[in-house]
Amino acid sequence: MVETLCRFRAASLPTLPRSLNAFKPAAPTLQELFAAPGDAAVSGWALAQIKPQGDGPLYWVQEARTLRDMGRVFAHGLPPVLRRPILHVVTRNAKDALWAMEEGLKCSSLSGVIGELHGDPQALDFTATRRLAVAAERYGVPAFLVRTNGQADLSGARRRWRVESRPSLPHLYDPKAPGPSVWSLDLFRARDMQPGQWDAAYDRAAHHLNLVPANGDGAVAQSTSRYG
Amino acid sequence: MAMERWRKAHLDTDDAQPFALVNEGPHGVILGAVNDAARDGGAKPSQRLTDARAICPSLAIDFGDQAGDARQLTRLARWAQRWSPWSAVDGVDGLLLDTTGSDHCFGGEAAMLEDMRTSFGALGFTARIAAAPTIGAAWALAHYGKGNLASTEPSTLKRILAQLPIESLRIDDKAALLLRRLGLKTIGSLADIPTTALARRFRKHGNQLANPLQRLQQALGNTPEVVEPLAPKTIYRATQRVVEPVQYVAIVEPILADLASRLCSDLESAQRGLRRVRFEAFRVDGHIAQLQVETAAPVRAPDHIVRLFTEKLERLDAGFGFDTFALTALWHEAMDAHQKGLEEDEVEGITLPHLLDRLRARLGHGSIALPTPYASHIPERSLVRSSGQDGIPSLSCAPSPTQAATTQERPIRLFDYPEPVTVIYATPDGPPRRFRWRRRLHDVAKAQGPERIAPEWWREKSTVRLRDYYKVEDQAGRRFWMYRNGVIDDGRGAPPDWFMHGLFA
Repeated sequence: MVETLCRFRAASLPTLPRSLNAFKPAAPTLQELFAAPGDAAVSGWALAQIKPQGDGPLYWVQEARTLRDMGRVFAHGLPPVLRRPILHVVTRNAKDALWAMEEGLKCSSLSGVIGELHGDPQALDFTATRRLAVAAERYGVPAFLVRTNGQADLSGARRRWRVESRPSLPHLYDPKAPGPSVWSLDLFRARDMQPGQWDAAYDRAAHHLNLVPANGDGAVAQSTSRYG
Repeated sequence: MAMERWRKAHLDTDDAQPFALVNEGPHGVILGAVNDAARDGGAKPSQRLTDARAICPSLAIDFGDQAGDARQLTRLARWAQRWSPWSAVDGVDGLLLDTTGSDHCFGGEAAMLEDMRTSFGALGFTARIAAAPTIGAAWALAHYGKGNLASTEPSTLKRILAQLPIESLRIDDKAALLLRRLGLKTIGSLADIPTTALARRFRKHGNQLANPLQRLQQALGNTPEVVEPLAPKTIYRATQRVVEPVQYVAIVEPILADLASRLCSDLESAQRGLRRVRFEAFRVDGHIAQLQVETAAPVRAPDHIVRLFTEKLERLDAGFGFDTFALTALWHEAMDAHQKGLEEDEVEGITLPHLLDRLRARLGHGSIALPTPYASHIPERSLVRSSGQDGIPSLSCAPSPTQAATTQERPIRLFDYPEPVTVIYATPDGPPRRFRWRRRLHDVAKAQGPERIAPEWWREKSTVRLRDYYKVEDQAGRRFWMYRNGVIDDGRGAPPDWFMHGLFA
């Protein structure tokens, strides 16, 4: 995904990283994504960062409470290039979820580990996140810690995002229908790049992101977008 | 045995009342064990409960505990090792002992059998005991012989066996019925006729183990058969006594290192690795201090184990001093000898099966699922939970044909139970314009649909309503997948309700 972040217009985005390579993590690592319950943009952003190569299963850990918040991950809803088996684990508490994530990170044949936690559990402290980050880097598995209703406390995650849905781009054929999803990505803390805020549209079929102006008006976005 | 176990638990039962323990069978409830009164009334084990009730209307029942009986039998088999180390469980109610060479310890075979009978009687069990030169003959005498005690010598074996009924050969019901129809009612009559003719008849008999000819040869000792004893449960444990009680925790560490290296060398020869270890320090005043560590992967490196414990050693309270130490492997797993790569250890981590094993071990089978596509248009049925029990193949399943055929985009999240939505204003027969979900008001900016998914009439009731799915985007940009359950005037109840079923990314 990130290597294809080439369709943004740099002029309208003051906080944009200078080169695309800065946007792309040098190696798989742990990223923490914050989201409101009932907003699935966060799942989309996590999936958008997973490489389409290979067919290793996705490993999805959910604390039982996130089943209520966000629902269960639905394999038929994966982007077409990411169609692959999902190993889905539901744990009773956050401690088990973190343990399951860490065990999964040791398995390098997985294409990604996504763990979802509700609120601010006691088990989730700096040590726990740091362990996950170290494991992700050591075994080369991208990890995403999704927090619903969580506070951004101290964390060992290398990049921390707040993800929200934004009104979608116009649909190609139907003006009344929602088009490609747009997410507001707020990188508020990062180890290896400058924090910033972007709005990005996700093209499901091609598995790639287009940046759209964060507060540009619809007409401009429409005229320059390939979906217009 | 099952009945006597039940009687022990229910002391105030009236034995004159016909009573049976029942179990769930594949075709309804069947009788397990019956008491004497019930047997007199005509009830038999493995009879259907309805049949038994027809014969003996006053039959009282209770559900049996088959798993508990099996555990009890295994315990008894271990207990029976007092007579001979080669003991095994036979079926659901029998024990098998190879007492070759051990009877003289008890003053001869007859004395040993008598000792067995009194011992089992003291435990509250009635036992039918038989000793014979072959397993088959002992089984036959114990089950079909006269009296509770029987023994036979090799010379009389054939003569004694000849009188026993054909069922005593450990054959299944089908074979027994066939032999009875052929007029072969006793073992003697079977042994008398030439085997070639019978061999042809039983050539295609399903269960070769229950082949009467094979069983006959085993009973007569012409074909060897051995008792497969209960595998002894090895406990890996290293202990160390010290001359002077240790009062300083700092001294414990070298002792622990010594114990760990001994335990690990034991495990290495057994090709096992540690997962959970307990360190016990016995104090002179009778107190036992315990520490326990768990590892994420099988471990056999002593220094690693010591390192895990050293952080916790300070917590030990030495009091008047420790005089004995023990290190026990509480949980160990198979771990093959590990060959390191020529350069470095290139592949780190664990494989997918190992991951599944560990998840199952800690979280239980129920929490792990591999959703597998299923041919159904109903969203919640289009994936079935596969636990991956049968191995990994289900993991590598390709997307199903139905998946490729659905051109409609599906949401990335699906709620287990569709959540009711209060639609405040909707276009007639169209998408909602404003709705309330989870106590928050959403104004619809864009909507796409409907996608109509009809109920599966061949499976569901006729009152199930069809669903019209809409992909809806609110003012903030959240994208929902909601459906109207039914259409107006479909003759299936009240005006249709709205439900939230999924979330789009």
